[in-house]
Amino acid sequence: MTLSPAARLALALAAGLLAVGLAVAASCALGAQPISLGAALAGAEPDASILLGLRLPRAVLAALVGCALAAAGTALQALLRNPLAEPFVLGVSGGAALGGSIVLVAAAGLARVAGSAGEALGTAPPVALGAVAGAIAATLLVFGLGRVAGRLVPEAALLVGIVFNAFVAGVITLMKMLVPPEQANRLLYWLLGAVGYESPGTIAVGAALVLGSVAVLVLLSARLNLLTLGDEEAATLGLDVRRVRALVFFAASAATGAAVALAGMVGFVGLIVPHLVRRVVGPDHRLLVPASALFGAAFLVLADAGARLAFLPLGTEPPVGAVTAFLGGPFFLWLLRRSARPEEGTA
Amino acid sequence: MTAAAAGPPWPDPLVDVAGVSFTYGDRPALEDVSFAARAGEFVGLLGPNGAGKSTLVRLVAGLAAPASGTVRLTGLDPHAAPRRAVARVCAFVPQEPRLAWPFTVRETVMMGRAPHQGLLALPTRFDRGAVDGALEACDLVHLAGRRLDALSGGERRRVFFARALAQEPRVLLLDEPTAFLDLAHQVAVMHMARVAARGGLSVVAVLHDLNLAAAACDRLVVLSGGRVVAEGAPAAVLTAERVAAVWGVPVWRGEDGTSGAPVVHPVMDRR
Repeated sequence: MTLSPAARLALALAAGLLAVGLAVAASCALGAQPISLGAALAGAEPDASILLGLRLPRAVLAALVGCALAAAGTALQALLRNPLAEPFVLGVSGGAALGGSIVLVAAAGLARVAGSAGEALGTAPPVALGAVAGAIAATLLVFGLGRVAGRLVPEAALLVGIVFNAFVAGVITLMKMLVPPEQANRLLYWLLGAVGYESPGTIAVGAALVLGSVAVLVLLSARLNLLTLGDEEAATLGLDVRRVRALVFFAASAATGAAVALAGMVGFVGLIVPHLVRRVVGPDHRLLVPASALFGAAFLVLADAGARLAFLPLGTEPPVGAVTAFLGGPFFLWLLRRSARPEEGTA
Repeated sequence: MTAAAAGPPWPDPLVDVAGVSFTYGDRPALEDVSFAARAGEFVGLLGPNGAGKSTLVRLVAGLAAPASGTVRLTGLDPHAAPRRAVARVCAFVPQEPRLAWPFTVRETVMMGRAPHQGLLALPTRFDRGAVDGALEACDLVHLAGRRLDALSGGERRRVFFARALAQEPRVLLLDEPTAFLDLAHQVAVMHMARVAARGGLSVVAVLHDLNLAAAACDRLVVLSGGRVVAEGAPAAVLTAERVAAVWGVPVWRGEDGTSGAPVVHPVMDRR
């Protein structure tokens, strides 16, 4: 039953890719309008337009968001040395939503005076950039204020994140008053976290950001193992702690910023997925980061499809952020109780 | 006397601390401290709480920089040199190593190879050999697949010692390696440190148990109030007068009949 590390990695990646493939296929096949995947791929209408124009882009979007959030959660847990860390709980998603909102509101204002320049500012790349900048600022804030006498205290950082999220929700609600209704909807979407239908251009920008930052986290995964030992131990094992931590900060923030730009504040994916994956593959980040990224993608595709299908009879669909919060809230509390036990502690 | 330039592969002494001072805020922790440790030598750092022993070891490991004076570790300035270069020549076993994630014994010991490995830390034949050797030296082969949180305190201490050996350093720094261990594990850890020194390493350990230090170390350095107050062979350093003066406790001093190592025992007022 003991496999070599390389065999375990291959097995984890194969299982993860299979899960993503099955989740995307299921999400594409199921919906209000019954379609045949075979017919759609053969070009029959309207099946082909529904598959390629609506369901597949939406499944890809959900996969990108889930991948980014799960990988960022894994990295933040290593940085904070605490299994409760997660982009949403730590306020990183909140910072991204605020950054994106500021760009969007500025674009709406600019559009009033300068027309096309404002519209250009309201497109995907500048909004994504604002979200990434907001995520980085929030990460620095939370990890900075989470220090007591120069030492990072995980509980303090988590509290700062939770308070920051409440602050962000308030600010975005206020900003909603300043913009025309269609932009106000977009801001609301950020607070709730919903996977929708985005243009291929937006998906491409998001995909580049997500895949790039997740690739950086995968490359740093061996260093993440050392970071979990604490700064000084990691340093005596040859790690340039400051440099590596800064890189992980930026990559995790960029992934989160991209995810928020694409789908708003979808919470707890980065908490649930890495925890479950860790139970199966163990704590080695060289397995954990790529496996979490893949299973995070599969998880959010299924959660989004589930949200779409469950409310079909009512003719409505809840934002996927509501589903993940419904699952993640109790999960967080369960983990909190567990980690409060002395022998399971992080000290 | 830094012999970093040309000649033999390793400078002698491997650890060379000269005229070092250090302060925490405005509280002086070390004042004009000098000491050296050579290859093959097991040096014990003794002194009452707050004497500056752990601070001195941290300076040697490069975790802090002295306010004045110089620290040389195999000729390197351990605070200024790249961490990776320092980690290749010096392993540090902290007092209370962290256990954030439940890695296995083998995974933990393999982390000692980090300074010799590339970006993804893929283990080579040499890495596996070093880990196997360290597991064997610390009597951990039968526990290699166990998770750290399933081990006793003594077993865990051996794991961190093994990780340091797997690092294949020239200098091994131990901060209170025997704290919280039962007698058998204390002796086991001191024996492993002696074996490491016999193998050519320079071993420097912060110790609280004077008798264990006297029995196991080649040389003792006594710190008090941030200064070196005595240094030399255990029998010469641990006199009843000096122990009473430094630790403020009257002691009875005798000798181990077989090894000749000094033995000190506090004289208690039993009223």
